[in-house]
Amino acid sequence: MTHPYIPNAEPGVRAEMLAAIGASGVEEFYADIPADLRLDRPLDLPAPLVAERDLVRHMDGLLGRVTDTEQALSFLGHGCYPHYVPAVCDEVNSRSEFLTAYAGEPYEDHGRFQALFEYVSMMGELLEMDVVNVPTYDGFQAAGTALRMACRYTKRSKVLVSGAISGDKASKLRDFLAPDIEIVTAPVGEGGEVEVESFDDSYAAIYLETPNVYGVVETRGRELADLAHAHGALLVVGADPISLGVLAPPAAYGADIACGDIQSLGIHQNHGGGQAGYIATQDHEPLVAEFPSRLFGIAPTKVPGEYGFGDVFYDRTSFAHREEGKEWVGTAAALWGITAGVYLALMGPQGMRELGETILARTRYAMDALAGAVTVLHRDAIHFREFAVEVPSSAALLAALREQGIYGGVPLDDRTVLVCVTERHSIADIDRLAAAVAEAVRNPADAVQNADVKNQETL
Amino acid sequence: MTGGLVVGLVVNPVAGLGGAAGLKGSDGADVQRAALARGATPRAGERAARAVRTLLSRRPGVRLVTVPGPMGEDGVRAAGAGCDLVHPPHAGPGSVTTAEDTRRAVRALAGVDLLLFAGGDGTARDVLDAVAGLGGQAPPVLGIPAGVKVYSGCFAVSPAAAGFLAAGFDGRSTAEAEVVDLDEEGYRRGAVGPRLYGSLRVPAARAALSGRKTGSSGTEPATAEGIAREVVARMRPGVRYVLGPGATTRAVGRALGLATTLLGVDVVELAPGGTAEAATGGGSAGGRLVAADVSEAELLGLVTGRPAVVVLSVIGGQGFVLGRGNQQVSPRVLAAVLGGRRGGDALGEVLVVLATQQKLAALKGRPLLADSGDDDLDRTLRGHVRVITGYRESTIYRMCAASEEYDG
Amino acid sequence: MNNAESFAELPVAPKPPLRRFHQARWDEPIIFELSAPGRRGVAVPEPGAPLVELPGSVRRAAPPKLPELAQLHVLRHYLRLSQENLGVDLNIDVGQGTCTMKYSPKVNDRFAAAVAEVHPLQHDDTVQGVLEIYWRLERMLAEISGMSRVSLQPGSGSAAIYANIAMIRAYHAARGEGHRDQVITTMFSHPSNAACAKTAGYEVVTLMPDADGLPDIEALRAAVGPRTAALMITNPEDTGIFNPRIREFVDLVHEAGGLACYDQANANGILGITRARDAGFDLCHFNLHKTFSTPHACGGPAAGACGVSEDLAPFLPGPVVAFDGESYRLETPPASIGKVRPFLGVTPNIVRAYAWIMALGAEGLRQVAETAVLNNNYLMHKVLQIPGASAPWDRRRVEQVRYSWQELSEETGVHSEEIGVRAADFGVHYWTSHHPYVVPEPFTLEPTESYSKEDLDEYAAILAHVADEARRDPEFVKGAPYNQTVHKIDMTPLDDPKEWAPTWRAYVRKHLS
Repeated sequence: MTHPYIPNAEPGVRAEMLAAIGASGVEEFYADIPADLRLDRPLDLPAPLVAERDLVRHMDGLLGRVTDTEQALSFLGHGCYPHYVPAVCDEVNSRSEFLTAYAGEPYEDHGRFQALFEYVSMMGELLEMDVVNVPTYDGFQAAGTALRMACRYTKRSKVLVSGAISGDKASKLRDFLAPDIEIVTAPVGEGGEVEVESFDDSYAAIYLETPNVYGVVETRGRELADLAHAHGALLVVGADPISLGVLAPPAAYGADIACGDIQSLGIHQNHGGGQAGYIATQDHEPLVAEFPSRLFGIAPTKVPGEYGFGDVFYDRTSFAHREEGKEWVGTAAALWGITAGVYLALMGPQGMRELGETILARTRYAMDALAGAVTVLHRDAIHFREFAVEVPSSAALLAALREQGIYGGVPLDDRTVLVCVTERHSIADIDRLAAAVAEAVRNPADAVQNADVKNQETL
Repeated sequence: MTGGLVVGLVVNPVAGLGGAAGLKGSDGADVQRAALARGATPRAGERAARAVRTLLSRRPGVRLVTVPGPMGEDGVRAAGAGCDLVHPPHAGPGSVTTAEDTRRAVRALAGVDLLLFAGGDGTARDVLDAVAGLGGQAPPVLGIPAGVKVYSGCFAVSPAAAGFLAAGFDGRSTAEAEVVDLDEEGYRRGAVGPRLYGSLRVPAARAALSGRKTGSSGTEPATAEGIAREVVARMRPGVRYVLGPGATTRAVGRALGLATTLLGVDVVELAPGGTAEAATGGGSAGGRLVAADVSEAELLGLVTGRPAVVVLSVIGGQGFVLGRGNQQVSPRVLAAVLGGRRGGDALGEVLVVLATQQKLAALKGRPLLADSGDDDLDRTLRGHVRVITGYRESTIYRMCAASEEYDG
Repeated sequence: MNNAESFAELPVAPKPPLRRFHQARWDEPIIFELSAPGRRGVAVPEPGAPLVELPGSVRRAAPPKLPELAQLHVLRHYLRLSQENLGVDLNIDVGQGTCTMKYSPKVNDRFAAAVAEVHPLQHDDTVQGVLEIYWRLERMLAEISGMSRVSLQPGSGSAAIYANIAMIRAYHAARGEGHRDQVITTMFSHPSNAACAKTAGYEVVTLMPDADGLPDIEALRAAVGPRTAALMITNPEDTGIFNPRIREFVDLVHEAGGLACYDQANANGILGITRARDAGFDLCHFNLHKTFSTPHACGGPAAGACGVSEDLAPFLPGPVVAFDGESYRLETPPASIGKVRPFLGVTPNIVRAYAWIMALGAEGLRQVAETAVLNNNYLMHKVLQIPGASAPWDRRRVEQVRYSWQELSEETGVHSEEIGVRAADFGVHYWTSHHPYVVPEPFTLEPTESYSKEDLDEYAAILAHVADEARRDPEFVKGAPYNQTVHKIDMTPLDDPKEWAPTWRAYVRKHLS
């Protein structure tokens, strides 16, 4: 049978094409591959499921062995967030024209250019910055690149990085900035905010994240901007754009580069596959020159009233000058940029503000609700969406909650759990979590025992 | 863009004659007469007309200025266009024009925004001579390829491309392009080799379209600065660096904050207390000019008995590294630099070649060539040399003796 | 009773040789121009709890100037933009060579959607099905490449190349050989190899093609040494030429103590034919969005896979999926380079790639390879009949060809990009990113296995038509496009800092204030 995905595998057409070329068989085309490099056996792969129905059955079997955050009540965040995704976002990003396109010119792919231009433009409004990139891979990459930009810009090779970032992000930064950039970590104070003890002219940048890994909103941005600038350094701020309907954008307190992940903006959790990074600056040419990623801009066409688009300052990218480029450019996360644009257009200024207010209020409500049973850390700080609690045993508590169909949070260590609350959680959801936590803390033995039993069952 | 631009045109009507007649060039009245006798027909005017047609169709408002007759006017008329004429003093009698005619015409057209000239490398040299006399008043130029030898960077890849490039010229953005020429006497004998004569300002290749990739002129992307940064980053204190002729080696001088020469051989070193880091990081503070535009004898004195590195760029389209325009780097100078060492490794330590990847790619796999004047030495130079192609970027490329490559 | 006069006859006349295409032209404003104060696209849940008062230091002073639209109008705007875009599903997408534009089966999108609401930090027990897909895909890619272990974490091909370089760096460091600071690549390897190596702090040595279009092995011999960290090479290269001496390249680098890393971005023509490990490579990477069919999504999300030999396995990015015979767990390799991206990987694309291989099996993959190569050679046969088109180096090609319009361009002054833009007037893509610019006036076609003979005939006919137009009327071709959403764009303001407008706010500030 001719495979449905391979039209020219049909023997008749194959023979016709070979005849047209004047080749005796496809083997001729492989004559440059030496015999000793040839695989002399078929690949050892599972038998194919050529019929779509069979494939669906097989995949349903695998995917059925997953309990997602719609089936359980999830308070998991820590870099990937359960915000509500409006239906229009899914409708747009599942369109064939966007989903299956790649890198056409700004004529036949005008739509992609305009949609991405609009995305960066809406991000620019949210961030109060004039230059925003077409998305890079994720917030980790965005932070790494933003810091490399700061180093190239200042011609320095040392950065002060907030200690209140996720361990995984710190790992990525260490790898990506090595070996030429030294990372110094700024400690986290009692209140949950970062404290800068010393700083001097050898630093290229301060990297601040807000809300930080504990959900704490950093309040000393202006102070840190002034400190950095006094020493000829830049302030780089990692900020989740979902918070900026209510929180001041980094530019407002003097940040030179803003960066972060846009997964919160209308993109499903996707088991971590929905991440995409943004980097933003003001329209300052020397800093713009350091962007490794593409920037799209408006250009006129032959016809009045038509918007054309193209790459701003094209020669920066690795496509144009290989070894002289700033890092590399490649396929990253454009579709998520388009999606985030749709989300921001749907939300508008009011939606973003109301969303922020709801999240602030429910985060505070959840902190208060859990405070009766466990120790809520940094209680005096302002929190957005996440907060940390100290518990006797992270694993035991979370196992007990899982028994109740609740994913209670992300364990930061043996005794600290990070809880995430968004607009998706109702007050009743939070109350249910609080009750379950109280129950688990009251009867730790039962909880752990139950968890053990459950584990044995699944084994 | 419409109108405004004033474009001059000079045609060397005898350019290309010799090629058609198998004479490997058209320099000299005797050769031209021989070519005509062999039935060669002038083609430069036709190629100029092609460029003019393209220019006017792209930019109808352009004002053309040229000289009467076959040196310009005929080409414009053949394109069906009108033009203003200037009248340089005519010197050469008869129908065969001379190099001096070209130079006079260029000087007469000095006031234009862009000067197109149709010819080959020999014509480019004449233009270069005339332009040099004009100093800061000289217009940017662009060559319409019409000669037998077209190796200089100041030519567009085709007459049509010259027209397009001229039409797209914004009146401001220019780039430096080298003028090289072969020694025709040698070329006719089979000993091919260009030498560098100088550089001209040409329109910067403008992005044609969306992708805005490489444009159409023969000029290369500006990576000379990147190459220069890398050379400086590799410099070590106490070592003398011999910079051969060329725009790329001059960029090395610039990166060191030194006014080195385009055509001469210069000797530089890191300034006392200077480091490569200071030179690259701080921009241009780290160099010291030991001697500029040295003779072979002076050079020998400067490199004998002390560590030295020879830095050469690739001249012209055939890959010549040694022996074309840098005869100062003589067999005895190279022997002194090598200091008795032999073999490819030793060579790699003392000889650094500079070229963009595009320039190497244009060799289509042919080797770099050494023609130092000493066949034995050339043969010892054969092997693979490091070629710096950009910042933190290099390649390893084959070099061989010119005498071997052109045997038979 | 219809009294109208007849003006056309049945049967309908045959189609003309070339499609009368016109791209959608909605003349859509920028979304900010559609805004009216007070409109809403979606409502947000009420807090249901007391509001939190923010101090001035962190409170946003003025609302962001986002557009305000009703839901239908947001949807309509974006659907119009989507129509002004071509994807694989709509065109004969053979013109974005090196990118392996193939059909992404629709059913796989459904599987991908099934993980939409899975959180990456859920307990292993709750995501056994996902972990099993990772495990099974890893085993399949290990078999396809011959490697021992495979990481599915990288977010793209370039990220996988970078992860490979990070492993190379860690490997040498662990052996006390951190002094190895050079990476050797070739001119026609994908440019990301050089760019990533440089980002990772390496000096890059690029081997030029010899007269046959292959990297010069003698140059490699001269290049390798105690400073060599690795060779990073694509094969077949972006020219479509397979380097038959690849084994010798690998051996030379090994003898010098370096590692050999295989960029398998161009693997589509060699699946089941030859394997990276069998040629001696220590590391390799695949682009799942190329060879394994996950959609390109306008430029991501994509996914990459890094395959490594036993010796390199301890350095893999973590975590990886482990299987004890009964259940799947995450574990971090002992000398892991750490995370190269957040979480486990781009799971929707892992799911799609897995489903794609499952639909094909060993025989299907071989058919993919053979058909991709057949299609390429068939298209080459057609293209080389077009006057003015050539394929530099007279050599056999595998799955793609970097062609040249040099002859046509010198004759007409029309550039390759301009031919591509005009070709788009007939409803096809043709892109112009062919760095390095070594082949003059390049175009790179990679017809993959997805297209039919009729598709290839149509594509070649379009190119032949445009080449002919370039000869007859170069100005017309240079003035293209004519049948697109917009007309020819003047790109010059994009390079001028005073004029460029990378966002709407910059545009308003510079041009409308």
